[in-house]
Amino acid sequence: MSPLSSADTTTDAPAEDDVEVEVEVDERRQAILDELTSRLGDGVVDSHIRPGDDLWVRVERPRWRDTGAELKAMGFAFFDFLSAIDWMPSPYGRDMDAQEDRVVAGEAPPDPAPVEQGYAGGDTRFQVIAHVIDVERSLGVHLKVDLLDDELSVDTWSDLYLGANWHEREAMEMFGITFLGHPNPVKLYLPHDFQGFPLRKDFPLLARRVRPWPGIVDVEPMPGSDSDDGEDE
Amino acid sequence: MTATSDRDQLDALVARAHDNRVNLDFETEGMTLNIGPQHPATHGTLRIVARLDGEEVVSAEPVPGYMHRGYEKLTEVRSYPQINTLINRIDWLGSFANEVPFILAAEKLMGVEAPPRAQFIRTILFEMSRIANISLFIGDYGLQLGGMTAGFYAFRDREHVLNQIEAATGGRFHPNFDRIGGLKDDLPKGWIADTHAAMDKLLAFCDEMDALLMGNEIFQSRTRGIGVIPADIALSYGLSGANLRASGVDWDIRRDACPPGMAYDEVDWTVWTHPDGDCYGRTWVRLQETREAAKIVKQLLDKIPGGPVMAKVPRIIKVPEGEAYVETENPLGAMGYYVVSKGDLVPFRVKIRSASFNNISVLPWVARGAYVPDLVSILGSLYFILGDIDR
Repeated sequence: MSPLSSADTTTDAPAEDDVEVEVEVDERRQAILDELTSRLGDGVVDSHIRPGDDLWVRVERPRWRDTGAELKAMGFAFFDFLSAIDWMPSPYGRDMDAQEDRVVAGEAPPDPAPVEQGYAGGDTRFQVIAHVIDVERSLGVHLKVDLLDDELSVDTWSDLYLGANWHEREAMEMFGITFLGHPNPVKLYLPHDFQGFPLRKDFPLLARRVRPWPGIVDVEPMPGSDSDDGEDE
Repeated sequence: MTATSDRDQLDALVARAHDNRVNLDFETEGMTLNIGPQHPATHGTLRIVARLDGEEVVSAEPVPGYMHRGYEKLTEVRSYPQINTLINRIDWLGSFANEVPFILAAEKLMGVEAPPRAQFIRTILFEMSRIANISLFIGDYGLQLGGMTAGFYAFRDREHVLNQIEAATGGRFHPNFDRIGGLKDDLPKGWIADTHAAMDKLLAFCDEMDALLMGNEIFQSRTRGIGVIPADIALSYGLSGANLRASGVDWDIRRDACPPGMAYDEVDWTVWTHPDGDCYGRTWVRLQETREAAKIVKQLLDKIPGGPVMAKVPRIIKVPEGEAYVETENPLGAMGYYVVSKGDLVPFRVKIRSASFNNISVLPWVARGAYVPDLVSILGSLYFILGDIDR
């Protein structure tokens, strides 16, 4: 191939984006949050707005169904996705090295890191997260709900948002969460006799246990960075 | 069986016959038809369990999972640059487009923005992967409905786009070219003129398909009024891309909610919708989208600014703690990555929202009451890539 070249292009720099826009978008999300709070009352536990970008709302578990219904009434008709997050840090280490193999070799397991939830906080290990969009306003809302540690269940959305059916089946088999009232609670991807819940953090990635990760052997220098000027940590 | 009257025995026989779904009233017998996992219309290994009453589909339930690769689990043990290689394989016909939302999500968390030149080239390659993806759909859909010629023409003209993608990235199907903070390389010399020529060929291909396929009477009779999805059902199932716009919903992420890091505000193009929501509408919208994508590419090629293609980023990429969701308008529809980072080399959790997963979940709704030959029309027009369902 011929050498790299930028000779056949112009050098016009594009205009900088207007910073004013962000404040305006922020107000739009605040309005949505206010409306949702007025509809749900104290069902809203916590919320987080990243100006000009995104909105997170955490609701109480008994109000999860109401939340879906209210959002649909507010015009959030587009169902984007529903899934879950396991906030427990992986006991096998979340770094590049397979710490599991050290445990097998007789070393002490690493100290468990504290559980820290993300935006809009959380109190429990498992959270269900959903994203719905109002296509008229082109705005989305992330909904989160804490699940009780001893009873992983929450009401289904599959009759409010028809697309939630498959997403809930996926969350069901991957995390072991029960969606109460789901019309077809069978596994979606996995074989019907599969044991365990693969996306839980305490489910080991078996390929890693069979053959440990060789570690960082070759770090390719990124284009644009100098070779060894100490930019790595 | 203990001693029973003839009446009891007859009742038991009738009950057993009912259980075996043999209808004693001389009605037609129900039948279960397995379509796939290996079927040319499934773009991979999707199995559909269809229950039929004569020629009519009573229910059609897709059974995915034959190609599930567990990418969401694998992302938790791979660094961000390594994940780029994995997610190339989600929608394998528009691979570059898979990389972009993930890279944009990581860039958002890191507070990095790609230089303007990289944003332009990124958008160009994004649209070119759309063309590569959808042009194959148009040909393949013709093939599924019995029009072989469209398939040959599509494969012939898709080569022009793939050659240009290969010239720029080195990979025809899995470019792995997008990087956090920019692109792997600059464009090769002469690429811009060649791509202009390739886009002209693609525009001619679209005109050809318009006449050859869309104008064909058999094609129209097999697609018009078949598999109608109303707008509210489409939204409720989360259908996106051309499937949503063919139901009359005027929503395009590129125009309405474009994430920073792409250059769509620099170009002028049209978002097409179709009022019918049938198989014909979906195909028509896709054909228009291919045209518009070629126009976007041609406009951007004329406007590419100079400068570097890579921002200053650390050699070892550690993404700060936080959560980000970035969604882009991929060839198959809305594709997004919900990235949760704990400040490590690897993400804490990545939820991959792929377009085909939602798009194909509508199949049980839309196939109910259709006829068996229409099932292929509907399945083809929803257009999915199996890797995009199974991930």
